[in-house]
Amino acid sequence: MGAIREASNRVHSFFHKQERDSDLDAELQSHIDLAVEENISKGMSPEEARRRALIRIGGVQQAKEHQREARGLPWLDVLLQDLRYTFRTLRRDSGFATIAILILALGIGANIVVFSVVDTILLRPLPFPEANRLVRIAPKVSKCGASCATYSTDAVQEFQRQNKSFSDFTGYDAFTAPGNWKLTGGGVPIPISQIDVMDNFFHTLRVQPLMGRLTFSAEESRPTGPKVVILSYPFWKRQLNADPNIIGKAISFGNTPTTVIGVLPDTFDFGAIYAPGTKMDVFTPYLYDQVREYGNMISLTGRLNPGVTLAQAQAEADLLFPTLDGSVKRGYKGGYTAQLWDLKDFVSGSLRRSLIILWGAVGLILLIVCVNLSNLLLARAAARSKEFAMRSALGAARGRIVRQLLTESLVLSAAGAILGLGLAFAAVFYLAHQGSIALPLLSSIRIDKTALAWTLFIAVTAGLFFGIIPGLRIASGNLQDALKDSAASTTGGQGTARLRTTLVISQIALACVLLIGAGLLLRSFLRVLDVDLGFEPSRASAILLDYPKGLDTAAKTAAFDREVLHRVEQIPGVQTAAITDSLPMSRNRSWGISAKGKHYEPGELPGTFVYVVTPGYLNAIGMRLVKGRDMTWEDNDPKQAVVIINETVARYLWPNEDPIDRIAIVGGADARVIGVIADVRETSAEAKSGWQMYISAAAPQYGPNDSHLVIRSTLPVSTLQPTVLAALRQLNPGQPAADLKPIQLLVDRASSPRRFFVYLVGIFAALGLILAALGIYGVISYSVTQRTQEIGIRMALGATQRTVQLRIISQTLRMAALGIVVGAIASLAVSSLIASLLFGTAPTDPATFAAIFMLLAAVALLAGYIPARRASRINPMVALRNN
Amino acid sequence: MALEKQEKLDLLQGTLDLMVLQTLATMGPLHGYGIARRIEEVSGDEVLLNQGTIYASLVRLQQRGWISAEWGTSDNNRKAKYYSITASGRKQWAKDTAYWHRLSMVMGRVLTMSVEGDL
Repeated sequence: MGAIREASNRVHSFFHKQERDSDLDAELQSHIDLAVEENISKGMSPEEARRRALIRIGGVQQAKEHQREARGLPWLDVLLQDLRYTFRTLRRDSGFATIAILILALGIGANIVVFSVVDTILLRPLPFPEANRLVRIAPKVSKCGASCATYSTDAVQEFQRQNKSFSDFTGYDAFTAPGNWKLTGGGVPIPISQIDVMDNFFHTLRVQPLMGRLTFSAEESRPTGPKVVILSYPFWKRQLNADPNIIGKAISFGNTPTTVIGVLPDTFDFGAIYAPGTKMDVFTPYLYDQVREYGNMISLTGRLNPGVTLAQAQAEADLLFPTLDGSVKRGYKGGYTAQLWDLKDFVSGSLRRSLIILWGAVGLILLIVCVNLSNLLLARAAARSKEFAMRSALGAARGRIVRQLLTESLVLSAAGAILGLGLAFAAVFYLAHQGSIALPLLSSIRIDKTALAWTLFIAVTAGLFFGIIPGLRIASGNLQDALKDSAASTTGGQGTARLRTTLVISQIALACVLLIGAGLLLRSFLRVLDVDLGFEPSRASAILLDYPKGLDTAAKTAAFDREVLHRVEQIPGVQTAAITDSLPMSRNRSWGISAKGKHYEPGELPGTFVYVVTPGYLNAIGMRLVKGRDMTWEDNDPKQAVVIINETVARYLWPNEDPIDRIAIVGGADARVIGVIADVRETSAEAKSGWQMYISAAAPQYGPNDSHLVIRSTLPVSTLQPTVLAALRQLNPGQPAADLKPIQLLVDRASSPRRFFVYLVGIFAALGLILAALGIYGVISYSVTQRTQEIGIRMALGATQRTVQLRIISQTLRMAALGIVVGAIASLAVSSLIASLLFGTAPTDPATFAAIFMLLAAVALLAGYIPARRASRINPMVALRNN
Repeated sequence: MALEKQEKLDLLQGTLDLMVLQTLATMGPLHGYGIARRIEEVSGDEVLLNQGTIYASLVRLQQRGWISAEWGTSDNNRKAKYYSITASGRKQWAKDTAYWHRLSMVMGRVLTMSVEGDL
């Protein structure tokens, strides 16, 4: 009880200082008066009585000080005193404070942003209840993109019935494309992205509806059932003005009224989990019976039963999957395998290394910032050594002075952290709202409590770290020496100079590591950009084509296609145009191709990406025909289709033979090979090209399902867009207002994660370089100031401006050389860590190393030249007279 | 053994506090000077008290609620702040006194033993 009462009284006293002090003053006065009176009554003279009274009280000031400590919150008093003093000194030295806070804000801000990214993608669980039980199921070896990452409807339903590991087992149609649907009913149709998901998809993820329900009924999952749709939150907000009574209303998609049964919450983003860089607008039921015979369609996700481990589920899957039917009706086995992944690992596992490297790089930046500030503070502390000596002489304990310096550094880092948080909020907002970086979960990135805690942690750590070195340095200095007039001749000054040089060398070394890492990543990125894609993305663009109703035969469709192409090619500036059902580096699907009459082992041939294209497509997209010919509109023989293959296929199926006019089996039917094209990088510039084939859209055998109109033109997309759309809408008023998108966008999207990392690491490296340059400049400039007298004497004795400059520059370069050597050794160790992130670049790439060494040396030279120039301008007479 | 130099007895946390409590418990309300003088008198010349330190002790005891203070007038008409012990102060006084008795007894025994051991 006493303790609580005392604490509250102490707080009370702390806030009522004046009142308490005047009370104490009066009390001490009465004490003295009483003592004097008693002494006089003992026969002393009034002076003697007063003197004795004061001796006995033992110092009125001390008595007051003791009483204040006993009644109030002395530590808080000291802290407030230190803070007040800090603010006063920083205001007096506002230039220093501004630079320090800016540097810290950049360092801490960058750390907050990267932490938020890492936390969102890597550390935080997926935004679903009990997300650790969610599992992704994919074939063990995928040779053919999406087609081999999926399972047939029969197989999935069979597994659902037989398995004991999963409480829920679900999937979605993997073959959807952005803008595949159109929202109609209000003027020009708007393209939207739709996907079929199994009835229990949202239930498996445990997503709670914002409104309505998120489960499709059995009736709704039948082809003849009622047409229903679930809306994404952004779509509901944007297109339907967040209509609160939308449930049960019908919306028209492609002129088909569809009833809204549910709206997803803001927190659910399909693309963020399953298809980074894309947005899904509406979700419709997977119509099992309609697509049952379409082959492998479903991409799988399951929720494990409580208590079932991933290994147990894997064991069961290994037993069950090979027994599943590809199609019950046609009676063939799918030959399935299944690898189970923690869904989180599947989503972000491949990014783990990149993100950890990024985290390391940004940590390195903070380290450089700290070293830099340590250096700045040391210079400042050296300049303030007299002030500290004075305070010490007046009775301040060394601990108190160190505490004062730490308070200053913590105030600086707190200010830096606050500004850094502001910068980070802006950067994170940008990252969450851009749509072009294909990183998973990026849309849900935000600065949350964890990130704030992290900010606090790094701010305090940084403040202590960069404050402790100058603090200890000052505390260990010889104060008497400091009090003497010539500060330059103190040993403390020299020791400080050595410490500062060491700090700058380590700064250069750290910057060197960062720069070499960034250099290697940049070179890899340039290599990726340099890859021969096998097609020419520049000047090609594509728009999703809509077909009017009533084109029920291949001939009618072909006629419409020709009409479209004819119209579009007449637009001034358009060189050529063609139609394909899939674009490179976007959706892919695969069939089989084999040479007729040859025998292949089961599983020997990989799946082959298939494209249904019109004549002229090769030209329009810029693919190179190496043998044979392109298709024509006359290649529409219903008995024998034609096919164009890529070199990889030709080499395997007809080794050392001319593949032209050979007969291949494509999807079970005969097709004549009419051409061979150079390999095309199908999924990204970094992945090897697989098997590809192109078949004629004019042929009745293979009808396309989506159609992209590809246009090659010298005109910019923005100029072309309205005229193309006008032409299309003339032929088909139902054509939605889709965007004409440059093919380059697809290529960029595929390389966007690499671009993202390269940009960030590059920015950090540039920051590191600037900070290192600042550090070099600071130290050299300081040493020039310190040695003004010495330089003056040298010049008086006949040293030329040139020799003075050379001395200082060589001092700088020695420092830089040491830093570079240390940095190079560290880089060799670090570069092996990032080897797996490099593309076509060795981790010891000599060109990169050499370039970075030269860059660092050049920057060091520049940073040293400025003070060297100043030194050489010293007037010996002035320098000597001043001291 | 007389102490030549001024020893700060209140370095032993609570020593001076207990002296103050004892003085107030036995003498009734007193001002700071009176308490200091009383302690000096009772302890003879053994304790050379820095009278000023008494005020840290007084404010501490006051904030713990063991003594209370009030401005009053002295016999010869001087304004002074008078302290008196509270009920909870008396409890604390009893507790601390018992503790000190036990401690000094134990210390006495231990020190006697060590002298014998030396011989």
